[in-house]
Amino acid sequence: MGSSFKQHSVIPGFGMTLGFTVFYLSLLVLIPLSALFLKTATMGWGAFWTTVTDPRVVASYKLTFGAALAGATINAVFGFVVAWTLVRYSFPGKGLIDAMVDLPFALPTAVSGIALTAIYSRNGWVGQWLEPLGIHVAFTPLGVGVALTFIGLPFVVRTLQPAIADLDPEYEEAAASLGAGRVQVFLRVICPGLLPALLTGFALAFARALGEYGSVVFISGNMPMRTEITPLLIISKLEQYDYAGATAIAVVMLLASFTILLGINTLQWRHVRRIHGRG
Amino acid sequence: MAGTVRLRVSPTKAPQAVRDPAWVRVLLIAITLLFLGLFLLLPLVSVFYEALRGGVRLYFASLINADAMTAVRLTLLTAGIAVPCNLVFGLAAAWALAKFEFRGKGTLITLIDLPFAVSPVVSGLVFVLLFGAGGWFGPWLTANNLHIIFAVPGVVLATMFVTFPFVARELIPLMQEQGSEEEQAALVLGAGGWKTFWHVTLPNIKWALLYGVILCNARAMGEFGAVSVVSGHIRGRTNTMPLHVEILYNEYNFQAAFAVASLLALLALVTLAAKTLVEWRVRANMGQDESAETPTPPGGGMTL
Repeated sequence: MGSSFKQHSVIPGFGMTLGFTVFYLSLLVLIPLSALFLKTATMGWGAFWTTVTDPRVVASYKLTFGAALAGATINAVFGFVVAWTLVRYSFPGKGLIDAMVDLPFALPTAVSGIALTAIYSRNGWVGQWLEPLGIHVAFTPLGVGVALTFIGLPFVVRTLQPAIADLDPEYEEAAASLGAGRVQVFLRVICPGLLPALLTGFALAFARALGEYGSVVFISGNMPMRTEITPLLIISKLEQYDYAGATAIAVVMLLASFTILLGINTLQWRHVRRIHGRG
Repeated sequence: MAGTVRLRVSPTKAPQAVRDPAWVRVLLIAITLLFLGLFLLLPLVSVFYEALRGGVRLYFASLINADAMTAVRLTLLTAGIAVPCNLVFGLAAAWALAKFEFRGKGTLITLIDLPFAVSPVVSGLVFVLLFGAGGWFGPWLTANNLHIIFAVPGVVLATMFVTFPFVARELIPLMQEQGSEEEQAALVLGAGGWKTFWHVTLPNIKWALLYGVILCNARAMGEFGAVSVVSGHIRGRTNTMPLHVEILYNEYNFQAAFAVASLLALLALVTLAAKTLVEWRVRANMGQDESAETPTPPGGGMTL
């Protein structure tokens, strides 16, 4: 541990804790994940490309991507309303409702999956009202969207809540006193202040939805080319002992979610810099 | 209403100017209740409804069943290994990252968060690539008659992977914020390293630690995708509770599936209650001034 690597400190335990951290991290996370990339490297570019651009796989990207996007968008809209209501207004049962927002995190995904399927199937509580209108949810791409909306909701709400709480009412007041109407204040003052948090929440919900498996497989019906999500394809390749194929698709998914998270980090970094620059 | 606000600027009644009209408030609250009712409450209620539909006797019969009990036991065992391991790791990582300045710190924090960016299915897949029959260590394991994939160790490993960052990511920001002056004082006064940890650091971080453990445990017990890949779904042997739910459901044994699912839903409710209690507790400890500062940093609670 050269002095250029670590600053001097009287606190003990640096070598032990850092050593254990790096050891455990490598053993459990880094080495297993590197196996993924090494396995892909043995495949050869041609085989890799054929696997990841197979029509059935491409159809699954479209569904996963589209449904994740739809779910994140619905959550951005309704999550905003929920977060706003929970921070700015008071009403009976608010504490309970606030706690309930985390339900999709706490409920095991398999449970969410079968519950949503039960509700939206033909005879389900919601399905029986939608069926006569010609809207089929269970076992259609719409069902995938519903499951991904469920799973992503807390991300948007929990990212927006602190941002809304931090909004300084003085800006709104100033705008109002200068003659802005409430709508104008909302669009010109509140929205720009919340945009980074909203985008972050949206991206987190989207990233989570891309990889989601448990809550989707039950409601989607898993029909090839129609309602098959990408994580499910990995599983079916594995079941056929096509390790290379499963790995190739996994690498594509991994790269997609890394890109999104990199985007989120850049967003947050720029936002933090702006705040510090300002104040 | 907007007219009066526009004309009079009264600094004492500041909130008045930023308050939404009554109809907007009612509308937004109604939308919130309707949306959450439809998307959150309805699925939760339906689990218990479907589970108890065939009567209480049938409900308990499907729980007191050898396969269901094995699933419960395996779930408890898995969480019992994964949570303490990740707890120790979380403490070590937070100590190293928060109390010392060294190069590459940012990278290390990013790497710790890595499992959150990985789809559960991919998390399971990496262990199949390592330990599966065709994997790196596959031939060696087979030669020595050791089983990891399609056996309990694989289930535990995959669970440890997906729950890896939970405790660490609650502790790191908190301990970074707290700094190390108190520890330095204790050490200067002659306390040893462990004594300082037990009597100075631990009391300062106990709520965040508990919070992380609650989230970690919930995920460990409820993990489905990663475990599904490595378990092989061997009934009565490598089935955790979520996997048992899947098997029963796919056998069209809906009532039993929902009965086991209702146990997991209860676990979720207990988790939410415990989490909320810890948040209240921390808020009360911090005083009214900083009430907005719950132990949930952006990203903290959103990873289950």
